[in-house]
Amino acid sequence: MTKKMKQFNSLKKTTKVDFATYFGVIAAFVIVTVLRSNGSLSRSTIGLLVPICCYMSMAVSLNLTVGILGELSLGHAGFMSVGAFTGIVVSQSLMNLIPNAPVRLALSMFVGALLAALVGLLIGTPVLRLQGDYLAIVTLAFGEIIKELINCLIIGCDEKGLHFVFNLSGNKTVDDLGLGANGTAIIKGAQGATGTTAIASFTAGFILVMLTLLIVLNLTRSRAGRAIMAIRDNHIAAQAIGLNLTKYKLMAFVTSAALAGAAGALFGLNYSSLQATKFNFNLSILVLVFVVLGGLGNIWGSLIAAAALTILPEALRPLHDYRMLIYAIVLIFVMLATNNPQAKAFFGRLLPHRRASAEKED
Amino acid sequence: MTQKEKAKLVPVSREPALLTERDADKSPVLECIDLGITFGGLKAVDNFNVTIGRTEITGLIGPNGAGKTTVFNLLTKVYQPTHGTILLNGKDIHDLNTAQVNRAGIARTFQNIRLFGDMSVEQNITVAMDNQVHYTMPEGILRLPRFWKEERVMHERAMELLSIFHMEHLADAKASSLPYGAQRRLEILRALATNPSLLLLDEPAAGMNPSETAELMENICSIRDTFHIAVLLIEHDMNLVMNICEGIAVLNFGRVIAKGTPEDIQNNPEVIEAYLGKKKEA
Repeated sequence: MTKKMKQFNSLKKTTKVDFATYFGVIAAFVIVTVLRSNGSLSRSTIGLLVPICCYMSMAVSLNLTVGILGELSLGHAGFMSVGAFTGIVVSQSLMNLIPNAPVRLALSMFVGALLAALVGLLIGTPVLRLQGDYLAIVTLAFGEIIKELINCLIIGCDEKGLHFVFNLSGNKTVDDLGLGANGTAIIKGAQGATGTTAIASFTAGFILVMLTLLIVLNLTRSRAGRAIMAIRDNHIAAQAIGLNLTKYKLMAFVTSAALAGAAGALFGLNYSSLQATKFNFNLSILVLVFVVLGGLGNIWGSLIAAAALTILPEALRPLHDYRMLIYAIVLIFVMLATNNPQAKAFFGRLLPHRRASAEKED
Repeated sequence: MTQKEKAKLVPVSREPALLTERDADKSPVLECIDLGITFGGLKAVDNFNVTIGRTEITGLIGPNGAGKTTVFNLLTKVYQPTHGTILLNGKDIHDLNTAQVNRAGIARTFQNIRLFGDMSVEQNITVAMDNQVHYTMPEGILRLPRFWKEERVMHERAMELLSIFHMEHLADAKASSLPYGAQRRLEILRALATNPSLLLLDEPAAGMNPSETAELMENICSIRDTFHIAVLLIEHDMNLVMNICEGIAVLNFGRVIAKGTPEDIQNNPEVIEAYLGKKKEA
């Protein structure tokens, strides 16, 4: 036992922070589950649990692109959208084949992640060869394009398989799918996906957050993560030590897109009705706000910011019209406080690992 | 020596097989034949012919703006030469990019330090060993046995490299928090970690005081002896250049005006003229 303790004490600071992050998420999950079984959570709070998990996962995955790779992405909601609608199609079409909801959910999230990764690869391959802010411009456009594309998409399923219609002219309807007698429409163009069987659960959300953390943190602490951070810090020197810039940038960006896709699938399967317009530019910016507020490259910061900023607008609901005003003021104060040297020193005294680094700087 | 053999991750002190092989090979590590580049109409480097032996320390000197750093940028393919050939270990590197040139065996430092500032000192070194590590991204995420094995060797090797400059205690410090001289030394270690056959040092002694420079001179020689690599260095500190370089090339206005041993260079009238100007005729 003492040997184990010694091993823990000899661990690196980053490893300790990682363990603390995992532990924090597990503790939060246990506390919320207990509170929920006690009946001490309101219905609206329970409804927020799955979205919070999705947003946490979104924030952590975007942090990989923005904080660790150092490239600005303004279309993270687009990848979420791809994952969400893929997940819904997979889940609805396999309803009879796989009656077990958790298995179906896992498969939907996996396929959603896969497709989002593919889209990420398509976007990243040309753009990430360039230096500069091109990724921001392209992902911004991608977010808008994917929204319009899904708005035109009509998908149905019958015993023969999936049927697709692409409603570019605007006058096609579900009838054009030519579905069999037992067929159902899954995505109905601008109406979005309706009649979805909501199979998302808080446990699935918890597992998603843990998986996201595991992937992002372990990636960051491996050779790939070091290479990605090296490219962020100085791309000329990164090239001079033999790193293939495009390869490592793509690795980070595609991983980030895949995780957003998985989060999207869970998000999509949490509602019986979902429109593509939900995944708009505002959502991309919201996730970016989580990342910036939590600290670039700071994973546990992203988690806390995502949870806090999802709960805050709901908690402020009694204030009616002043809700968004207060929300904005709180945001400004948090940013001021986290950038204030005195406030930093105060938090530094609370956290032992911070104290060590603060002393070194003095 | 094949690429495969070189790509093995071996701790510094245990590399005897590779070393004898390197010593036995007497062919030059680098040959520049009529190398040149023009920017518009300006011939920044012209007819650059220099050959560097396998464990030779060569100095590249010249007045400001002579094109010394441009030569480094040509050798590392930051600029694509407009004419001439670069042979590294006998192979033409015309079609390689900067990263591939490094993997082929040229590592460099920068005149204005370019460290990975937000990463730790140790990470700055281990990231440079990327070409010698084999575990894949999924292995890294799942932390399979190969991850632990290679990470441990990388850590040991990083510590061995840091011990050259007695910097082991700084391993966990942030690279940007180091004092200037230590940053310069870290850059040299980072370049060494890529396991090069030729090390390019761009003003390694810039900003160092005389005692630090003296220590650096010893270090450069010991690095050459331990790793059996060739060194090409740009330096304005003539004391350093004349003491440790076996060969010197003097560059002025993009052309090599003199080549030879330190004694030759010190007595060469053209070099003196380039640095001090022409003596007025009485």
